[in-house]
Amino acid sequence: MEVWALQLFNGLSLSSILLLIALGLSLSFGLMNVINLAHGEFIMIGAYTTYALQQAALRFTGDAQSGITFLIAIPVSFVIAGAAGYLVENALIRFLYRRPLDTLLATWGVVLFLQQWARSIFGAPNVQVVAPSWLGGAVTLSSDLVLPLKRIFILALVTACIGGLYWYMYRSSEGRRMRGVMQNREMASSLGVSTRRVDSFTFALGSGLAGIAGCALTLIGPIGPSLGTFYIVDSFIVVILGGLGQVPGTILAALIIGMLNTLFEFGTTAVVGKVLVFAIVILFLQWRPAGLMRAKGR
Amino acid sequence: MTTRSSIMDAVRTVSAPARIHPAIGAWLAPAIMLAVLLLAPSVLSDFRIALLGKFLTFAMLALSLNLIWGYAGMLSLGHGVFFGLGGYAMAMYLKLESAGGKLPDFMFWSGLTELPIFWAPFKYAWFAFPMTFIVPAVLAGALGYLVFRSRITGVYFALITQALALIVSILFIGQQAYTGGTNGITNYTTIFGHSLNAPSMQITLYYVSVAALAVAYLLCWWLISSRLGRLLVAMRDDENRVRFSGYDPAVLKTIVFSLSAGIAGVAGALFTPQVGIISPSMMGIVPSIEIAIWVAVGGRGVLLGAILGAIVVNGAKSGLSESFPAVWQYFLGLLFIGAVLLFPAGIMGLFKRENWQRPWWLSTSQVRSTIRGLIPGGRNDRQ
Repeated sequence: MEVWALQLFNGLSLSSILLLIALGLSLSFGLMNVINLAHGEFIMIGAYTTYALQQAALRFTGDAQSGITFLIAIPVSFVIAGAAGYLVENALIRFLYRRPLDTLLATWGVVLFLQQWARSIFGAPNVQVVAPSWLGGAVTLSSDLVLPLKRIFILALVTACIGGLYWYMYRSSEGRRMRGVMQNREMASSLGVSTRRVDSFTFALGSGLAGIAGCALTLIGPIGPSLGTFYIVDSFIVVILGGLGQVPGTILAALIIGMLNTLFEFGTTAVVGKVLVFAIVILFLQWRPAGLMRAKGR
Repeated sequence: MTTRSSIMDAVRTVSAPARIHPAIGAWLAPAIMLAVLLLAPSVLSDFRIALLGKFLTFAMLALSLNLIWGYAGMLSLGHGVFFGLGGYAMAMYLKLESAGGKLPDFMFWSGLTELPIFWAPFKYAWFAFPMTFIVPAVLAGALGYLVFRSRITGVYFALITQALALIVSILFIGQQAYTGGTNGITNYTTIFGHSLNAPSMQITLYYVSVAALAVAYLLCWWLISSRLGRLLVAMRDDENRVRFSGYDPAVLKTIVFSLSAGIAGVAGALFTPQVGIISPSMMGIVPSIEIAIWVAVGGRGVLLGAILGAIVVNGAKSGLSESFPAVWQYFLGLLFIGAVLLFPAGIMGLFKRENWQRPWWLSTSQVRSTIRGLIPGGRNDRQ
């Protein structure tokens, strides 16, 4: 029983990170019909931002485990990854809005460029971010059920991000414009909404969320220049399963994929688990080709 | 509104395949290329020929991707898998021949005591050679039918094939005992009793590659000039209209995807003996997406373009990456961006007069609006 509860918890933890990554992808697809392969590199940017901040803190205060640095790193990762997204959207993606396949290729160019850049700055080997000391402990529910504080913290962080996103989309005027453009671009534009502005802000927001995911990932393991590629394919599967552009669908899909991955991995091996999840998603799409939730069309 | 019209022109160049004069396109250019390739061994050194032979298998791979991407609009980001499967089928045959009835070395190291049952028939050439085509074609056919039947197209299809590339490559890495793991299959030395390293064998394999490429070219050319070819282009431009005209796009697409995968598999089978190794690093996400850039650089929707693109890009790669590996990565990244943004019609597009227009970065108003777009709060009139 406890073993299963632990697996459930691990699955939830993986789901939450996948969700944070997939939300940005899903939003920008829903809005602009483009898929950004470089989304994983915004994760990498967030992770390295955290690393760089910690190195800086180590140099000036001599204390790498200071929790303050990590707490500061979260918003800084968001801002830096978001700014990078803003730049990519304005310099590249906006020229390719009606050519989704070309966007895939062009953003792959960004992937290669950013990965090589990270390699030349931070070196090819993985680096380790020291977790703050106050996240070192664990919550012991019983002898077999020990929940690491780090993972609980990530869950809380993701929950806060979803809450923030919900507030932004449904309670702020910017978010209302964004939903308007998503539903009907021409109509929103003729009513005076600057669709360009909405596009680049949404893209930047999604990239920022990926940056936070990168920051959270530094708690789980070492980070390297190709950190993004590791998570990106799973998040694509999440986005496809959830229905592109559907936030509730994305949340549900992230839960399903994260859980299935963890459970299959527990039952078999990591590789067989991935193959099974892929097969299940392909078969599921036979039944519901548009994913779990479908955009209402007319 | 010069800015808008130039963007629209760029869009139009992408949607219409670059066209050169029909007579040149159909006969003259391929004939010249074939003549050059046939004469190459008398001019180039053995080393260069071995390299060119490898590039020819890549050219065949690019040709197969161009068939489905350039003509049918399906961008597969998993074509490395099909290339790899063909390569592995060939490598299994070569390995069993070299092992001479004994267990291949890596199986022995992994603790296997007898040959796995699916390996056994690969010791016969009459089984292994067709399998280099059949295995990838069947996998692509099965995946394709499921995917196309649910009307998954465009970006979804690209992402699913990318997931396939990831999964097959980690599957091959994981099954060390059956596939050789990360190292792949290597250390095979003979084919039909002749040494693979002998210069005469390299030349023979080179000519076989030229012949295979020519056959694949003719097959693709015949296909796209047939009724099926016209249907493919029609599906790329408006799939629903084709469906309403009474055709089943799922079946047509499956056939072409499967054929394309088969050609990629044969290319892989020719790659393996020339290079001496096949490993999962040929099948993952990164090598698979690189194939698309060969096609894009050469000119998508032109058969010859894919061949040219594969040779040019790989030539540049072997020139640059050996001396400056980091520079090559930046260059490749810029190539992806540049090929899509500035020269969507590729090298073959240069032969088309309409493409001799001013690129956007030479037009000051475009540059200004780009810079304005980068400033937060800066307004831009275009959507």
